[in-house]
Amino acid sequence: MLQVEAVNKSFEDFMAVSGANLTVGKGEIVAVIGPNGAGKTTLFNLITGALKRDRGKIIFKGEDISELPPYEICKKGISRSYQIVNIFPRLTVFKNVQVAVLSQQRKSRKLFQPAKNMVVSETKDILESVGLLDKAHGVAGALSHGDQKILEIAIALGNEPELLILDEPTAGMSPEETSATMELIKRLAQMRGLTILFCEHDMDIVFSIAESIMVMHQGRTLIQGRPEDVRKNSFVQEAYLGIE
Amino acid sequence: MIRSKWVGPSIIIFLVLLSLPSFIPRFYTYILALICVTSLLAMSLNLVVGHGGLFQFHHGVFYGVGAYTVALMLKKTSLPMWAGFIAGPIVAAMIGLIIGWLCVRLSRLYFGMLQISLGSLIWVIVFRWYSFTGGDDGIFGVPMPSLLSSLKNSYYFILIILAICLILMYMILKSPFGSTLQAIRDNPQRCEAIGINVRRHQLIAIVIATFFAGIAGVLFVALERSVFTDLLFWTLSLEIFIMCLLGGWFTFAGPILGAAIMVALRTFVGIFTEYWTLILGIMLILIIFFLPEGVMGFFQKLFKPGTKDAAERGKG
Repeated sequence: MLQVEAVNKSFEDFMAVSGANLTVGKGEIVAVIGPNGAGKTTLFNLITGALKRDRGKIIFKGEDISELPPYEICKKGISRSYQIVNIFPRLTVFKNVQVAVLSQQRKSRKLFQPAKNMVVSETKDILESVGLLDKAHGVAGALSHGDQKILEIAIALGNEPELLILDEPTAGMSPEETSATMELIKRLAQMRGLTILFCEHDMDIVFSIAESIMVMHQGRTLIQGRPEDVRKNSFVQEAYLGIE
Repeated sequence: MIRSKWVGPSIIIFLVLLSLPSFIPRFYTYILALICVTSLLAMSLNLVVGHGGLFQFHHGVFYGVGAYTVALMLKKTSLPMWAGFIAGPIVAAMIGLIIGWLCVRLSRLYFGMLQISLGSLIWVIVFRWYSFTGGDDGIFGVPMPSLLSSLKNSYYFILIILAICLILMYMILKSPFGSTLQAIRDNPQRCEAIGINVRRHQLIAIVIATFFAGIAGVLFVALERSVFTDLLFWTLSLEIFIMCLLGGWFTFAGPILGAAIMVALRTFVGIFTEYWTLILGIMLILIIFFLPEGVMGFFQKLFKPGTKDAAERGKG
């Protein structure tokens, strides 16, 4: 479904991503791991169009999307959440998701119809499935950090993506919140038939949920394969699993 | 249509304003009319500043363009008068489209700087082109339809147009477009990621706002029967910006309050001292320190504790 081939991106003299390769098949849950600064977030920014790659190809459903602006890429069926909470703090929780659903249904430019009667059931469905329905009418900026991270995912679901990219969905969460969130992600993937690409620091989570793991180091792809194959890789053992 | 707890009070305020000229002296009717015109101007700016988060630094230009368009058409052409009244906002929106198209390519402060430059360019053209615009003499004695012959009638006309415009603006802000615009204000980057063409939406917002500014310009001519280059000068744009801040730029009706305060200060404090801006300056300092969300924002906070500190959170 998604194919990243030999993608490079440099910021002035610093090569953030150099030679990244990634394959995501339909319906798969794929994890990207690597130390801080390995280029994971940059890679996600390249896929979603927030940054433009210098060289290489990014192919989604057979089409090269590497030159498209972010809003076009979103319309092709890729949406994402962010590592650092990135929501609409002054709007209500309901509106945060509704804006995404309106955009998905190409209704963002309707000028004279009241928005409060539009896409209400779709928006409520999403909020219910992530468990935020009872907080729908509060202002998003007032939610707890954990709820804001969940709202991140809910906004991304508003676009009815085929591929959902989650950049450290559990960053800053307590252990209980973390396991609840991972359960939620698994459940959403099944319920909505989502393909999921995510990155995460907690190796237990990664190896328990991912069907394929890609390892990044200094902007390069070291290996991509099934968890058991990645586990055997000597570099991974040394760097992440603490096995000498 | 609109269902809101504000419908009742709004209708009462409208009816009171409609009946006032029968009781108050002519001078106060004139001041009220001026407040109405200025309110519409401030409200139009707030569409893009408060609700759109754009640095629309030279909004006065579109007001001036609307006013000059109608004044020139009524004075220099024999076209029917209503054509001039309609042309005002349309020409303002067209200039808004051109300037906006250039400006949305830039972000935040650069947007504002470019707009000041382009706006000042229009001011210079109007200022220098004596044979066409009258330069710094302006245009006086613009003929008006007989319907608007008296001050009272002009006031009714202005009030009714203002009411219609406010209803339209309210509908726009409550529409999907309005929600999307507020989302762009809060977080343009995230909006791109959920499939919204941010620049396109900002441009539409600018065209709408400049259209309403053009209407305000037309109403100004209906009241004053004259235009002068100060209408396009950047100090006026700054004044409208201050009105939005003063009244409360995250509220719907705040700019009306801001406009009323400014016009009242200039008129009534201006009688005693030409340094009325000194009072304004002190008020602004106090408001920035104690009511960071403006006068209207402060009252909203009093009655709706849930909306507390929206400005604070927005910075995060």
